[in-house]
Amino acid sequence: MKLHKFYLNGVYIVLDINSGAVHIVDKIAFDVLDVFEGHNDAAVLAAFAGEYPATQLTEVLDELHALISQGLLFAPEVAVPPTYSVKPLVKSLCLHVAHDCNLRCGYCFAGTGDFGRDRGLMPKEVGERAVEFIIENSGPRRQSEIDFFGGEPLLNMETVRHVVEYARRREKETGKVFKLTLTTNGTLLTDDIIQYLNKNNISLVLSLDGRREVHDRMRPCADGSGSYDDALHWIHKTVQAREGQNYYLRGTFTAYNLDFAADVLAMADEGFTQLSVEPVIGKDTDYELKAEHLPALFRQYEELAQTYLDRKLAGNGFDFFHFNLDINNGPCVAKRLSGCGAGHEYFAVTPEGELYPCHQFVGREEYRLGNVFTGLEAARQPLVERFRQAHVLNKPECRRCWARFYCSGGCHANAHLFNGTIDKPYQVGCELQKKRLECALMIQAKLSLAQAGKSGREG
Amino acid sequence: MAKHIITLNTASLQKTIHIGGCGECQTSCQSACKTSCTVGNQVCQK
Ligand code: SF4
Ligand code: SF4
Repeated sequence: MKLHKFYLNGVYIVLDINSGAVHIVDKIAFDVLDVFEGHNDAAVLAAFAGEYPATQLTEVLDELHALISQGLLFAPEVAVPPTYSVKPLVKSLCLHVAHDCNLRCGYCFAGTGDFGRDRGLMPKEVGERAVEFIIENSGPRRQSEIDFFGGEPLLNMETVRHVVEYARRREKETGKVFKLTLTTNGTLLTDDIIQYLNKNNISLVLSLDGRREVHDRMRPCADGSGSYDDALHWIHKTVQAREGQNYYLRGTFTAYNLDFAADVLAMADEGFTQLSVEPVIGKDTDYELKAEHLPALFRQYEELAQTYLDRKLAGNGFDFFHFNLDINNGPCVAKRLSGCGAGHEYFAVTPEGELYPCHQFVGREEYRLGNVFTGLEAARQPLVERFRQAHVLNKPECRRCWARFYCSGGCHANAHLFNGTIDKPYQVGCELQKKRLECALMIQAKLSLAQAGKSGREG
Repeated sequence: MAKHIITLNTASLQKTIHIGGCGECQTSCQSACKTSCTVGNQVCQK
């Protein structure tokens, strides 16, 4: 498959999969591409003889041939880049500084923060060693990332502060640059912590699920009361204190709020502009998303895309992570293959210092890869290599999928959870992914038409 | 001027097969619990 074409919101769109070129076409070109394969002009003329005038068909064919010669249509298959075969370098770590949490979120994969184990706090030494693990394994690469994660990382600010200071010192000594992020439910923030996080340039991922009733249903406190008011209060304070920069407000939707567009808009209406709301992952639960929910969810993405566009054009827009698509300066092929990098470029570190392919794999014993004191175990190298090779050009489903270079192969943890192997993607996730991408491409098309002062190409 | 087709971008993925892979860009998790981003919406740091 070399092209993906679809009609959405009044525009006909063609994506040339292997080049990444995006075309807005009219109805006749859209139809022609049902038959045209890059060379069979006569077949096209014959197929549409009764439907469109020959002069128009010839014009379309001329334009299509011009695009082919520019490499923007029917571009050849993309090969695995030579830069990809070399040994992977570690580029980011997720530090589970606290396997404990003050909330009891219904969908938490960490099982109320303890990942099915003892509630534990990461000692400072483990944090230091994690920083050294990146330095030792990142080769010439300058930029790397550390995410303070949990459970709830604010339960262990002592280690957070220590690691921040340590990492900043090691930056000066080694020339490395650490981008620091902290993911929090917001309820334990204080004025002092807010100030500290701002001063140290730590990006924040703040969790909120949209409308109060939706949030409180899935994100209760330990005593069963809702956490929305507390979370919202502190999140507002934090975002104001950093002047609306350097944060993401993120939520999760479940089968309980299939009308999740309303939750995204509730967050936008609170004045937040950096938003991300994503499908929950759950298996054998009441809240899990199933194939039967897909039509409703597709409609939600379409509605959300329309509102997103309307607000952008009216000058009061917000960013929704999955719709922010950069079609001009997107990542290179190597990045599109490595995707999240779990298990070869990205690892999670438990409070005890154990290494796992990512935060979702923590506690799945067969996936333990080593620890920060002694490094990745030699015996586990084949597993690391499996993660590295589980990319879109190697997985049968992905190889056939039009979204392969945007999606980068989905989440390994979900694939493993639902299909027992990292080589077969989680299907409901794929369907949602593709819908989001169509919406994102439509938004790009509409924005550029609006810029050019055109309303669309209907006919 | 094309009458039937408007091309929005001329960036070519193929051109990045031999360059790229520097890995200086941000990590992109795709699951619900993180700053999940599909790679398509990442920006190259070069
Ligand atoms: S994970 Fe799914 S959506 Fe992504 S490229 Fe593979 S098949 Fe396509
Ligand atoms: S495997 Fe899934 S959860 Fe883990 S880093 Fe990758 S996308 Fe995220």
